[in-house]
Amino acid sequence: MNNSSDPKKYKNSFLNWIEFRLPIVSYIEREYKDYPMPKNCNYFWSFGAMATILLVVLIVTGIFLAMNYTPHTDLAFNSVERIMRDVNYGWLLRYLHSNGAAFFFIVVYIHIMRGMYYGSYKYPRELNWILGVFIFLLMMATAFLGYTLPWGQMSYWGATVITNLFSAIPVIGEGLKTWILGDYTVGNATLNRFFALHYVLPFVIFGVVALHVAAVHVHGSNNPSGIDIKSKNDTVNFFPYMIIKDTLAICVFGFIIAAVVFFGPNLMAEVDNYIPANPMVTPSHIVANWYLAPFYAILRAVPDKLGGVALMFASILILFFLPWLDRVKIRSCNYRPIFKWFMMLFFVNFFVLGYVGMKPAEGIYLLVARMGLIYYFVFLLLITPFIGRIEKTKKLPLSISNILNNNHSEQNKFQKEVN
Amino acid sequence: MRFIFTILFCFTFCFSIFAASETKNAPKHEWSFTGLNGTFDKSAIQRGYKVYREVCAGCHSMNLLYYRDLIDIGFTNDEIKAIASEYTVIDGPNDEGEMFERPAKSFDRFVSPYLNEQEARYSNNGSYPPDLSVITKAKINGPDYIYNLLLGYVDPPEDFELGDGMYYNKWKEGEQIAMAQPLDEGYVDYDDGTENSLEQLAEDVTTFLVWSAEPELEERKSLGIKVLLFFVVAGLFVFIAKNRLWKSVN
Ligand code: HEC
Repeated sequence: MNNSSDPKKYKNSFLNWIEFRLPIVSYIEREYKDYPMPKNCNYFWSFGAMATILLVVLIVTGIFLAMNYTPHTDLAFNSVERIMRDVNYGWLLRYLHSNGAAFFFIVVYIHIMRGMYYGSYKYPRELNWILGVFIFLLMMATAFLGYTLPWGQMSYWGATVITNLFSAIPVIGEGLKTWILGDYTVGNATLNRFFALHYVLPFVIFGVVALHVAAVHVHGSNNPSGIDIKSKNDTVNFFPYMIIKDTLAICVFGFIIAAVVFFGPNLMAEVDNYIPANPMVTPSHIVANWYLAPFYAILRAVPDKLGGVALMFASILILFFLPWLDRVKIRSCNYRPIFKWFMMLFFVNFFVLGYVGMKPAEGIYLLVARMGLIYYFVFLLLITPFIGRIEKTKKLPLSISNILNNNHSEQNKFQKEVN
Repeated sequence: MRFIFTILFCFTFCFSIFAASETKNAPKHEWSFTGLNGTFDKSAIQRGYKVYREVCAGCHSMNLLYYRDLIDIGFTNDEIKAIASEYTVIDGPNDEGEMFERPAKSFDRFVSPYLNEQEARYSNNGSYPPDLSVITKAKINGPDYIYNLLLGYVDPPEDFELGDGMYYNKWKEGEQIAMAQPLDEGYVDYDDGTENSLEQLAEDVTTFLVWSAEPELEERKSLGIKVLLFFVVAGLFVFIAKNRLWKSVN
């Protein structure tokens, strides 16, 4: 046995009692107190913590919503409205939940971009990245399922359009679609199972998040320079140094979320979803949730239905292979003068795809969507694997504390000159 | 670095702006309930309810509302009982297994003008007058749209081809609508002597519809201010603490 069986580790005897039987106290101490964080991490490193908190908010508000929600095609719309009108603070629960989901995506997108820009997906954090892409996939499924629950026009027609995609798969397509819907069209059976799945998937996400966090703690967090931690001089303890930064970030982000929840709760919603679902009336244009819109744009950019479906799934699945597509050892784009700009362009391209994904697929929008689609894959399949051959990377600093010291001495020099 | 921030910033805000900017440039109206500390003008809601009851209720249901909800806009319990009792609802079955009619009570939903969608369509030339409970949330820039719509019945351009049973309205998509002009000057007489011009009637009924769609609006905004203040104050303290802590590190 190791030294955790020493019964006199902590001053508090209760903690000792627990620790002796289940070494959870030392675990928490090791992972969330003494855990070494690179000193130079910027606020982009707070988005992981923020995403976790939002996930908890979503789960808690979701449980209370579920207590008052009725998954039946005749009752769902009115039960949601009853929550908004007659349940104490029901409007707050629902607006927190629907806007919280949107902000969850914003935070996770920023978190993913952080990981890509600073090369956090590279050795030794590949598995971590893979778990992350899993989380992202589960999130998209959960958001889609949740969007059908209020049973408004967009809920119904969104579900119809998306589940129709499966029928494009050769041979098994139609059967698969019927199996998913539990009926030949989107109906009560569909709503029931979507509710059941929407309730359970967040807990699966929570489990994968736990693995994701445990995995990153094995080799430690990456940092803006992308170089490894060399000594204790390079790091600060998670508590209190990172916690306080995360808390500040949460205050700022909390302000933004509260501003939307309380003063523009329907800004990110589709107006048509306040009209009860009606299978006889098709809305003038069916739009995806904006946070799924980039993938919707890819889907519609391809003239062939099966091709569109295939490319849409490929565009997500390809992310799993990113650690092996990029063979350059240097992690951070700060030291990759050419790749850095392609990376930025990739992010911009993603927003543009999102924008055109919410517009009708015709004319200029379709053209832009196609160009965006091409760049998406060219970046991942050509630029990322091969740019290393022509790019001359910058010299890496010796250590993290070196960077910080240099910055200071440069600043001092500058100040002297000013004086 | 700053570049990334700019992108992220756009990302957060652009989408909501796209969503809002799609309408034809319809005129904006001044409302008491917009803005950070917007509140409802209760007497306007009451007047608007009168317009709804005397005009719109002939065709449009509002089945998310209960008569008891009227207490929020300043009616007393007795007034509500009196209002409700003017309507009949079908209840039952009674002990003999019969359905029967009775006057509505304050716990009943607003009584619909038609029994079902079929009857509504049959009486309206095949068109369905939508339920108005959340109509202001179901249209882009809902309040302005509805206000404009009610004022938008003008003479059609000369070469305009109106569909059968359709009326020209310059703010409706396709510029024609199956609803005949529902409001005009003097259609409703106000008890409090407010002038009953078309603009006033339209403004009041729209205010009533906004209240019906967002009855929580005042509570939401006043709680919102407190929550925002909390984050500002907490953020300030955390910021100071963070700077002190990190001083020794840098
Ligand atoms: C004679 C019956 C009738 C009356 C009275 C009436 N409406 Fe309508 N209303 C309709 C019909 C029918 C439609 C459907 C129009 C369509 O689909 O083209 C409609 C549609 C609407 C719409 C939806 C417009 C849109 O763009 O979809 C609104 C809002 C509306 N009415 C508000 C009102 C208000 C407010 C009043 C009272 C001042 C009122 N209506 C009175 C019959 C009526």
